[in-house]
Amino acid sequence: METLTRDPHAPTQKKFDIFGFLARFAPLIFLIVLMSAFAVFEPRFLTPLNLFNILRQVSIYGLLAVGMTFVILTAGIDLSIGSLVAFAGLAAAAVSKGGLANRFTVGAGEAAASYPWYLAALAAIAVGVAGGLLQGFAITRLKVPPFVVTLGGMSAFRGAALLFAAGGPISGFEPNFVWMGQGKIFNQIPVPVVIFLAFAVLAHVVLRYTRYGRQVYAVGGNPEAARLSGLNVRAVVTSVYVIMGFFAGLGAFVLSARLNSAEAVAGTGYELTVIASVVIGGTSLFGGVGTIFGTVIGTILIGVLLNGLVLMDVSAYIQQIIIGIIIVLAVAFDTFAKSRQRVA
Amino acid sequence: MEPLLRMMSIRKRFPGVQALDDAGLEVLPGEIHALLGENGAGKSTLIKILAGAQQPDSGTIEFAGQNVVMLSPHDAQRRGIATIYQEFTLAPNMTIAENVFIGREPGTGFFVDWGKMAAETKAITQRLGLQMQPMAAVRNLSVAEQQMVEIARALSMKSRLIVMDEPTSALSLSEVDKLFRIARELKAQGLSIIFVTHRLEEVMEICDRYTVLRDGRLMGSGSISEITIDGIIRLMVGRQVKALFAHRDREIAGDVVLKVEGLNRRGNTQDQNATVLADVGFEVRAGEILGVAGLVGAGRTEMARALFGADAFDSGRIIIDGQEVHIRSPKDAIGHGIGLVPEDRKQQALFLALAVRVNLSMASHKRILRWGVFIDETAERTMVEEYRKKLNIRMASQDQLIANLSGGNQQKVTLARWLALRPKVLIVDEPTRGIDIVAKVEVHNLLFEMAQSGIAVVAISSELPEVLAISDRIITMREGRVTGQIKREDATEEILMSMMTLSVKPT
Repeated sequence: METLTRDPHAPTQKKFDIFGFLARFAPLIFLIVLMSAFAVFEPRFLTPLNLFNILRQVSIYGLLAVGMTFVILTAGIDLSIGSLVAFAGLAAAAVSKGGLANRFTVGAGEAAASYPWYLAALAAIAVGVAGGLLQGFAITRLKVPPFVVTLGGMSAFRGAALLFAAGGPISGFEPNFVWMGQGKIFNQIPVPVVIFLAFAVLAHVVLRYTRYGRQVYAVGGNPEAARLSGLNVRAVVTSVYVIMGFFAGLGAFVLSARLNSAEAVAGTGYELTVIASVVIGGTSLFGGVGTIFGTVIGTILIGVLLNGLVLMDVSAYIQQIIIGIIIVLAVAFDTFAKSRQRVA
Repeated sequence: MEPLLRMMSIRKRFPGVQALDDAGLEVLPGEIHALLGENGAGKSTLIKILAGAQQPDSGTIEFAGQNVVMLSPHDAQRRGIATIYQEFTLAPNMTIAENVFIGREPGTGFFVDWGKMAAETKAITQRLGLQMQPMAAVRNLSVAEQQMVEIARALSMKSRLIVMDEPTSALSLSEVDKLFRIARELKAQGLSIIFVTHRLEEVMEICDRYTVLRDGRLMGSGSISEITIDGIIRLMVGRQVKALFAHRDREIAGDVVLKVEGLNRRGNTQDQNATVLADVGFEVRAGEILGVAGLVGAGRTEMARALFGADAFDSGRIIIDGQEVHIRSPKDAIGHGIGLVPEDRKQQALFLALAVRVNLSMASHKRILRWGVFIDETAERTMVEEYRKKLNIRMASQDQLIANLSGGNQQKVTLARWLALRPKVLIVDEPTRGIDIVAKVEVHNLLFEMAQSGIAVVAISSELPEVLAISDRIITMREGRVTGQIKREDATEEILMSMMTLSVKPT
């Protein structure tokens, strides 16, 4: 039989696809435009000091957003992270102060037995991971939608934090702990920025180059097809909430260090900023599409916006309105570019 | 006779692709018109333009003697053109009546007149010769019944032209008959119908005239009575496809690879006590293609899914290479060398937002791992290239999104996903559904080649010519039971049909 080779879908001549380019780099382009605008109107904006300042301000949101990217890639959501941050931060603080009994001792080093910073970090991460695991199980075993499970988590973890703190903040940690949040490397680069970027790179490698990363995209893109391809969908879904929990714990540790204090009302409202960062970065709430690079850009974009508006003396109320509008515009721009990009 | 619809010199360009280039379509009043062409020929784009869902770059549309511009789907509906897409647009949690009158509920002011809505729905369904409860929820209807609701909706809008995109692809034979009866009835009432389809036998049976598109161009149009299937295929592919559905006789001497005994499953989503699978048993040899024929709902897909671990079953033994195996998940099945190409490509096989390369390698990551964790992209690209060549997959690059491939090439990628796993048993469920005729022949050849290489192939198909063409041996199923077994050379469509429809004799 003759071979039937005829291709109605042969690629047409290669031309530069402007919308494809825009679609790919929409958040980055948006960020550059915004930064250029601020640089023109406000000379103080484009100084190294200010830029590092912005990065430092966004580094905790950024850590959480990296974790949230995994969750949203599977078409999930985690509303509990603000509460989990508060709870995990208190755990780190209590460990740093030498345990539960000593947790309300005031001032650095006054506690009888102050534990080192890494044990504090471990405690925060353990709480975060446990919280994530619990929610992951509820989602995959009890089959309750992520929105509902983590809405419950949002309330439950906040309650746990309030109970644990018994009303007051825990503050005054040993210097090494505090350095993790306030220190600078080479007298220039804030430590939280280094932590944020290091973990962002790690997460990027995991998502882009590992088998696990492939599975996250597959489960998010089409869970049924993923299952029929032999993937353990439940395990993958559970794992992204554990990863989110890990980053919530890490973020809580850095936050406590930076403030030299932990309290039960910390992290309130973080979930919305973090979800906004991820979505601005081009990750689809429907799952299967998105990158860590986009999330980092999205996070920085929100930081730049806030910083620039503060420098320009825009009132805090108006800032909120502008940020709300920018979130919608950024995603609209992304959607527009994607709809116009050349197929294939 | 003046045509009801005349579309002329329609052009439509999408970024990177000239979807329509001087396409045309003329439909007479009171006829059933077949719109034909391979996937990618421009049929979908043409009907979307007709439905107002897309705007042409140039060209004219005349409807009922007037020059019209279809601004939106609503506009097209208002003029009397209703389109029933492959994916229905019904709201599953609402009633039949609500769906029929959605957006046009009868009533006064703010309030819906439920009685009137139900009565009118009843009247319309009776006009179609159907017994339907207007207040029943659409969710509980079969695919065929949902299609009838779509048709009822078209009638309630006083449509003069109904466009149906692949209306028979998900229907059983008796449901197809029913649909055809209704189509003839509507025709007798003076409506025109456009059928977009791949099934040429059906075209010959039901349609009055045809229009063939190829690469966005009008290739030919005329009366069905003056053309043969071969003639239509020539117009569609631009050459004569020889040996379509031709069988190759082979000697099967391999060992039994897969043996199934007493597979039982009770209960589905609607009925806990329904018999889904009853005492299903068969065996397949290495190098053999076992065809599985049966009407829709006969339990073929359920049998495949049970074997593959996609659905649980109550009892039964699965024996591979003489060893009984326990399969509780697709992962287990894959571990035992079983692959499944599912019936619904888009819902169950493809990751539309991911690249061809990623789709192809999804089940065989183990082959391309480095340090147990990382995907070795170089090895992956080599592997994908190997299967691209072997299966003649047409794509711009490995990084192209699979969503942008034609149905036939998507199906080849799905097949390649399992070949890459080097399975012992490959189950294919409706391997050529919704793909064009050229790709269909290629898929058939691929199934032969897989069998030649020693894979035991189980091929489920609703198209009897296909079953007869590709199988070495055929089993038939009905109501969850295996009703018969026959060698390919002894089988004809008539024999198979009687085996599929006769009730089982107790043994």
